[in-house]
Order: sequence, then C-alpha cells, then structure tokens
Amino acid sequence: MATAEAMARDHGGADHAGGTYAGGLWSWITTVDHKRIAILYFVTGFLFFLIAGIEGQLLRVQLARPDNRFLDPDLYNQLFTMHGTTMVFFAGMPLIVAFFNFVVPLQIGARDVAFPRLNAFSYWIFLFGGLFMYASVPLRAMPDGGWFAYMPLTNIEYSPGLGMDFYVLALLASGVGTIAGGVNFFVTILNMRAPGMTFMRMPLFTWMALIVSILILLAFPPFTVGLVFMMFDRMFGTHFFDAAAGADPVLWQHLFWVFGHPEVYILILPALGIVSDVIPAFSRKSLFGYPVVVFSGVLIAFLGFGVWVHHMFSVGLGPVVNAVFSGATMLIAIPTGIKIFNWIATMWGGQIRFTTPMLFAIGLVAMFTIGGLSGVMHSSPPSDLQQTDTYFVVAHFHYVLFGGLIFGLFSGFYYWFPKATGRLLSERLGKAHFWLTFVAFNLTFFPMHFSGLLGQPRRTFTYASGLGLDLFNLLSTIGAFLFTVAFVPLLLNLWRAWRRGEAAGPNPWDAPTLEWTTASPPPHYNFAVVPKVDRRDPLWHPYVAPGLGWAGELEPGGASPRLQPDHPPAPVHMPDPSYWPLVMAFGMGLMTVGALGSLALVLCGLAVTLVGLFGWAFEPPERGGH
Amino acid sequence: MHEHSGEPHTSNRFYVAIAVILAVLTAMEVMVFYVEALRPILVPLLMLMMAAKFALVVMFFMHLKFDGPLLTGIFSWGLFIAVAIIVALMALFGKFSA
Amino acid sequence: MEGPTSTGIPHRKLAMWTFIGSECMLFGTLIATYMIYRGRNLVGPYPDELLNIPFITVTTFVLLMSSLMMVLALSAVQRGDAKGTRIWLFMTPLFGLIFLGGQYYEFNHFVHEGLPLSKNLFSSTFFVLTGTHGAHVAGGVLWLGTLWLRAMGGKLDARHTETVEIAGLYWHFVDVVWIVLFTLIYLLV
Repeated sequence: MATAEAMARDHGGADHAGGTYAGGLWSWITTVDHKRIAILYFVTGFLFFLIAGIEGQLLRVQLARPDNRFLDPDLYNQLFTMHGTTMVFFAGMPLIVAFFNFVVPLQIGARDVAFPRLNAFSYWIFLFGGLFMYASVPLRAMPDGGWFAYMPLTNIEYSPGLGMDFYVLALLASGVGTIAGGVNFFVTILNMRAPGMTFMRMPLFTWMALIVSILILLAFPPFTVGLVFMMFDRMFGTHFFDAAAGADPVLWQHLFWVFGHPEVYILILPALGIVSDVIPAFSRKSLFGYPVVVFSGVLIAFLGFGVWVHHMFSVGLGPVVNAVFSGATMLIAIPTGIKIFNWIATMWGGQIRFTTPMLFAIGLVAMFTIGGLSGVMHSSPPSDLQQTDTYFVVAHFHYVLFGGLIFGLFSGFYYWFPKATGRLLSERLGKAHFWLTFVAFNLTFFPMHFSGLLGQPRRTFTYASGLGLDLFNLLSTIGAFLFTVAFVPLLLNLWRAWRRGEAAGPNPWDAPTLEWTTASPPPHYNFAVVPKVDRRDPLWHPYVAPGLGWAGELEPGGASPRLQPDHPPAPVHMPDPSYWPLVMAFGMGLMTVGALGSLALVLCGLAVTLVGLFGWAFEPPERGGH
Repeated sequence: MHEHSGEPHTSNRFYVAIAVILAVLTAMEVMVFYVEALRPILVPLLMLMMAAKFALVVMFFMHLKFDGPLLTGIFSWGLFIAVAIIVALMALFGKFSA
Repeated sequence: MEGPTSTGIPHRKLAMWTFIGSECMLFGTLIATYMIYRGRNLVGPYPDELLNIPFITVTTFVLLMSSLMMVLALSAVQRGDAKGTRIWLFMTPLFGLIFLGGQYYEFNHFVHEGLPLSKNLFSSTFFVLTGTHGAHVAGGVLWLGTLWLRAMGGKLDARHTETVEIAGLYWHFVDVVWIVLFTLIYLLV
C-alpha cells in the first residue's frame, strides 16, 4: 500500500513540461483527463485544419486564372464540399472543444469535467467520424453536394455514388459526440464552480462556453433529424424531400439552416470569449461592461434561432417571411456590435502590451467588424439577392470565420500555450506568424468582395476571361499560398519551444483568472487546494479608470487566491483511466461503416457498442468511490 | 438524497390518483374524436387535454413541480424553442393559412 | 469526483434533464415534419384508412400505466422496499415491451395493407417518427430491465435511488412524447 506521502508525491504533478503528458500510447487511449483530451482534440483538429487548408489551396489553383482546367468540375465540387465540411465540423468545432476542455475546468476551479469518460467518448467518436469522412478519399467517393448538401441534388437520383452517404454518416457519428459534449460542459459549468464563483464572476470565456453548450444542445437535433431524413431517402426510399410524392425539398434547407445559423454562433462565440479574456489581460484592465458582454452573448444565442431564413432569401418564400427574418437579422447585429465597443473601451486607457495573443485578438476585432459589415449588407433581402451565391458571401463568411474564429483560436493558442506546456513561445516568431497570416488572409479574401459584387458565382469551377475577375482571383490565389509561408514561423516556434523553450511559470502574462494560479502545465488534479473566489478577475484588484467601467465591481479588502501550493495537503482522488469510451465509440464506428451496406456489420457494431455501454456502466467507481 | 417520505405528493395513492386522471383524460380524448358534434372544437379540446396530460406527467411523475426552478427552466426552454420551431415551420409551410 | 455541486443538483440528474431538453428539439423537429406533410400525400394508403384508434388507445394506456409503475418503483427503492422494487422494476419494462409489441403489430399490419416504409409521405413520416420513439422505448426497456436484474441480484437498494430516479426521468419523458404523438397522429382530424 502506498503511503499517504508517496501518494502525494505521485499526485504531485509535473514541474517540467511534458511530465503531465508523459506516458505511453495506452495512457493516451484510456485517458479521461480533460487536459489530455484537449490536446487530442487540438492536434486532431489542427491536422484537419491543415488538410482543409490544402483543399482550399487546390481550389485557388484552379481559380488562379480563367478557363483553367487544373481540376475538373467533379473534383472541384468534391474539394469545396470537403473544404467546407472539414473546416466547420472537423477543424473548427474540435479546436473549439479543445479550448473548452483545457480551459473551462481550470477557469472555474474544478479538477475535471462532470463526466470524464463521456468526455473521452466524445473525442473518440469525433475521430471516427472524421476518419470515416476521409475514408471517402481513397475510395474516390468524396461528397460533392457542398457542406450544406441541398436536396434534391443530394438525393440518390442525382448523387448516386457513396459520396453523400459518407457525408451523412460521418456527421451523424461525430454529432453524437458533440451533443454529449454539450451536456458535459453544461453540467460542468453549472455544477462545478469553485466556492464563491457566482455566474457573474465567471471568466467570459467560460460564459461563452456555457452559452455555446446550450446552443449545441438545441441546434444539433434538427440537423440530426435532417440527416436521418436524408439517409432514409437515400437508403430506404422514403420521400422526405421528394416533390413527386408531395414533399418539399425546401424542408431540407429549413432543417439545415435552423441548425446552421446557430452553428455559426457556436463557431464564433468561443472566439469572442477568448478575446474577451485576452484583451483585458493585455490591457491590464478588467473587461469594460462585463454584464453587457455576457448579456449580449445570451441575446445572440437566443436571437440566433430566429434568423435562419436569411440563408434562404432567394428561395421565394415571399416578402412577409423575408421581411420578418430580415428584421431579426438586423437586430442580431446589435448585441454583436456591442461586444466590439466593449473591447475597444477595455483597451481605451489601459496599459496595452502588444503580445502575439493580443495582436490576434485586436486582429479579430478589426476583421470580425469587416465581416460583420458585409453580413449586415446581406441582411437586406433586395441587397442580398445580388450578393447571394456570389463571392461576396464567401468574403463575408471567411472574414467572420477566419478573421473571427481562426484569429481568436490563434490568440487563445498563444495565450494558453505556456499554461498547457510550461514553455514560452518566442514573441518574435509569433509576431512574424501574425503579420504573415494577417497579410495572407486579407490578400486572399478582400478581393472576393469585389469579384463577388462583379457577379462571380460561388461553387463554380471556373470563370470566363474578360469579366474583370482575373486580377482579383489571382490575388486571392497568391494570398492562399502565402498562408503556407505564414505557417513557417509557427512551426519553427513550436520546434523551438519543444527543444529549448523557457519555462513559463504559473502566470507569465500576469493575467487575472484562476487557471493562472496553477503550475504550468497544471498537475493532473489541477488544484492542490480548491480556490475560493470573491470577485471577478480574482487575481487582480480591478483597475478601473475614473469615469469608465462599473464601479460596482470594486470589492476592497478581499483576498485574491494565491498561487497553488506544490502538493495537495492530502491525496487527491481523480477518476481512473478507462478504455470503455473507446470501445463504445469503436462500436458506433463499426455501425457507421456498416451503414454503407452491411447489416451484419451494423449488428456487430451494435453488439460492440452495447458491450462498451455495459462495461462503462458497471466499471468500478474511481479510487475513493463516489 | 431526498427527504421524501410522508409528503402528500409522494405517496403511492397520490401517484395512482394521477394515473387515474391520465387514463380518464385519454378516454376523453378518444371520446371527443368519436363525437361528431364536437368536430368544430376538436383541435383546441385535444390540445388542451394533451397539454394537461403532459403537464401532469412532467410535474408529478417527473417531480418537476417540487424540484428547483433551474430544472424547470432547462426543460421549459427546450420545450419552448421546440414548440416555436414547430409553429414556425408549420407557418412557413402554410399550415395556418386558409 | 462527485461531491457538493454548485446548484445542489446531482450531476447525473442535471445531465438527464439537460438531455431531455435537447430531446425536445429532436422530437420537435420530427413532429414538425409530420405536421407539415399531413394531408400532402399524392398516393395512398392514407392515414384514415389505416390508423386503428381503438387498438392504439389500448397500447397508449399501457404505456401511460408503465409511468405509474415507474413511479411506484422509485418509491419502493426510496423506502428500501426490496420486494416492491423488484415487482415494479419488472412491470415497467414489461409494459414497455407490450407497448412495443403493439407498435410492431401495427407496423406489420400497415405493411401488409400496402404501406411499406417507402410507399408515400405518410409512410415516411409515420414510420420514422414513431420508429424513433419506439427506439427510445426499447432503450428504456433495456435500461430498466438491467436495473430489474440488479434488483433481483440484491444489488439495488436505497443507496441507488438516484440511478432509478434518472432512469425514471428518461422513461417518463418517453411516455410524455407519446402523449403528444398519440394526439397529433391518431386523433387530429
């Protein structure tokens, strides 16, 4: 039997980079530690991001000059479908979940999420979904109906190959993991906050994670249903989208966008949450108007369910419908815009440090504003009727998704990298990465505003010369390849940090939230002593310039949490690793593959899933018991 | 752990009473269906009885009436958005126009 | 990992209610589709030719009563009544199985009457909507059956009320969905 002292040493955690993440392949396969699961999500999501980026670059090669034949139309359609689907579902969402996983428990003073094994399951089923989607590549059967997969183009008559089946099944599989993650983070944030951490004392990033979890829980089911309808129409001959049977293919669009619009808020709110933490940290000033920023996030989520038809203004639903949804869309610009003002007001009068995370955050504020402006232009149906299906829309959503989400994720990456790894990144290389990315991004996507307004259609493999589109497309293609150059300083930075990065210490940024009280990287139990919280930004006495900010925040005299001690006073019981989540995900993976045409495999997969489920349910409780 | 015993809303007799009401409401729903004279108000009557059964199960069998407001909020919001989507989609497909 | 929770509600209970909130959207979307496509069939057989209200009223009643049995099971577990626990944890999934048997009979009957899954709009929406519900019932039967086996093995006592309560929440929700489906599919003219 280990003595208490020995166990305390065992649980003493890492005091050097890599210690927390040491251990062989088996420890990674059976991990239920949110920090490791975060790493898994991040690495996988980032790899898919690179793949999708290359897909985008291939598209840009094809579009570099008019009447090009580098890609034939079929391959072009497959590539833009894979590019969009991968970016949204296999890069964007997992990267977001990576940040939720790593940061949220630390920010609320918890030792892990509410359901650690469910957390692991979510990752594995996502991985299977992504691998399954990409199994279509060697089979030369990539889906080709766009990430939005409109009916009737994607029914069995017009898309007879396996492509759209891969789409449906991969997304159904990974969707299960996403919904499970929604439950997990919702319960975690509600139930596992440190003593004294009321909702209005939570960091903004955690607030956005809470809101996004709710969005996931409410928005994914309609998509699940739509995908099931598509699967049944394709595989079992039902008629959900069959006009000849009295159905309406437009129902697909409704179901897709009832999901799809909240989905874009799922994608952007985490990034807005990141910059809401980063900007105050590097302005040495608490977030201006914290309650307003929280409330605007809530409002965006709620209103986000009422605007979906703005993706369908050209469908012909009529002026009343269009007007209602146009109004709702304009309304939603307000809380979004409010956040921008709050960030600017936070920086105003602050002591600004232009670190790499701050550069990306400020970059987001600027780029997201541009994307928001083009978005507001779409909100008017007459205006949108010219813009829809053109590159003007492509410009819009890349400004909000790349200039918003990706910049936000990079900001968060540079911000929390020292915490996760215990190493500092080079500021020089970080700034080089930022500026190259900034230039590449604008060079790629800004010209699309012009080519779009000139009428260049989306999702079309080529364009004729003499339409005034040539220069804009060439610029975009050059920009797209500049991204590759921009990656070099990032890779060098990672390499350098791995080989000889300086130790980061607990709080290299002098930031105010709880994750910065732990060692870097944190020990596997996160907090040796559960912190008590009595204010927002617990590590700071909030500095508020006279006349600005919310005086109500000042709570003089309260003690802020100190840095965590090296060892816990008594051994901390953490959940044991488990392979059942992987078994269950594997079973569901088998079912997914079997759904392509083998009932035997489906049943086999079901059996494995049930074995996994029962094994999981009856696994002995963790050391120490419930 | 709940402190449960002895409270009137958790006795077996209470639960049986609720079940009887549910059975009666179901019978009434079916009767309304078969009575031709009630056709003009069939839909509102059925909606009312359906809602009543729904509420009884949720409030008493699922104990929501006696749990805190948070759980009621979680369920209500899910229900509200779901009903809103149903109504919106039906409206968009012309189910409420003459 | 479980200790005091910030809301005072145990993790798994909070999780089940959250899941139920999400499931409202799942069934809501299925119901919306059913309601949209009502009356739009271009070919028969049509619903009023096939729906057997007396039969389904009986199975509906069976499912409703199974909710009563579930509550009685929870009550028994809370009181430490081992015998009552075993009886009611047996009866609840049994009634669920009877309901499923009724569904199977009805589906079979429809197919024999010329309504396979791929026949028309009604077949598509009806089978997928009620089939999804039936799959949820089947999952519940499996869950409750497992709990019954544990009770039979003497492994379910007053320490496990939370487990039974959460299974009950799921079961009642599945019943509540049927309350809606019964009215909308069978009775709405």
